[in-house]
Amino acid sequence: MRPSPRLLLFAAGAAGTAALFTAGVLGLPGFGGGGHPYADRAVRHAVQQGTPNAVASVTFDQRAFDTLGEELILLSAALGAVVLLRAVDGEREDAGGAHRHGPAEVPDALRIAGHLLLPPTLLVGVYIVAHGHQSPGGGFQGGVVLGTAVHLLYLAGDYPALQRLRPLPLVESAEAAAAAAFVLPALGAAGQAATGRVPALNAAVGVEVGCALVLLIGKFFDQALLLRETGPGTGDETGGGTGRREGRAGGSP
Amino acid sequence: MSVLPYLTAGWIMLAGLYGIVTSRDLIHAVVCLSVTQSGTYVLLLAIGHRYGATAPVFSDRPPPPAGPPVTDPVVQAMALTDIVVGATVTALLLALAVQVARRRGTLDPGALRSLES
Repeated sequence: MRPSPRLLLFAAGAAGTAALFTAGVLGLPGFGGGGHPYADRAVRHAVQQGTPNAVASVTFDQRAFDTLGEELILLSAALGAVVLLRAVDGEREDAGGAHRHGPAEVPDALRIAGHLLLPPTLLVGVYIVAHGHQSPGGGFQGGVVLGTAVHLLYLAGDYPALQRLRPLPLVESAEAAAAAAFVLPALGAAGQAATGRVPALNAAVGVEVGCALVLLIGKFFDQALLLRETGPGTGDETGGGTGRREGRAGGSP
Repeated sequence: MSVLPYLTAGWIMLAGLYGIVTSRDLIHAVVCLSVTQSGTYVLLLAIGHRYGATAPVFSDRPPPPAGPPVTDPVVQAMALTDIVVGATVTALLLALAVQVARRRGTLDPGALRSLES
């Protein structure tokens, strides 16, 4: 479709959507009002069940089955990305140390800051997971911190160290194990006291989200850093962190 | 005006959709989809807002009948679900974009004429 008819079609659809949306919004309760029947019930139940963080109580106790589905979406999306990003015919995977993704290309200040920040960031991630039922935080938030913290090593220019820190086959197994560890308490402990279950589910979710992020980012790194086409005319080994296509064009950061 | 936050959510959604419709690059389209989805975050959190309320966490103060009012934890948990699903969908779509670029040599949706490989 050419751009101008496409825009006209979009304008018509957007105008209709905007009209319907506005009509629907005008029927909603006013912004910031006091009437929240679900909120009052959720808060009362969270306090009864001994989970001070009401959001964690909703996520892992009152709506734990929804979170179970969300977990499986996360697992299947990570699985799908891993399948899509695997090495296919006509490509080969370089050994990790074959290129010099060297610390030499990174300023000293960045390298030192990356290595210094890694342990505190991991600690903050563990804290957010472990205290998710008492203070703002939880498995999803802490898992994201954990999964991205290890990539400070990449920013510090030490890709081989990052590969040693997170061996991808182990991360894949840990992801699957954490998903199973979430399913078992979510199904098995239904109806029992939530005080012990919410932290356990938080921990399982934290591990799974962290592993899924490490897995996804690792697969994208493999695409950019390690895959080379084995066809003729692509013998140049520019390495040094350039993507595959930029590498063929001769660019270098 | 008390419905302005809701209308803002709809405006963000339509802005993202406009970006998808006029996109000339699949990566740009994926980012526009993220913009579209962030409209739903604004809508959910706007619905759960209460004037004068704080976060629904009671580790250091009493729950509402005794303490101050809190915002709606249900929609906040939904926004959390929304963010996680959005992030995974973005990752999956970016993986698909990598495959398209590798097999067809372009990221322009207009240049992808058919579904055959």
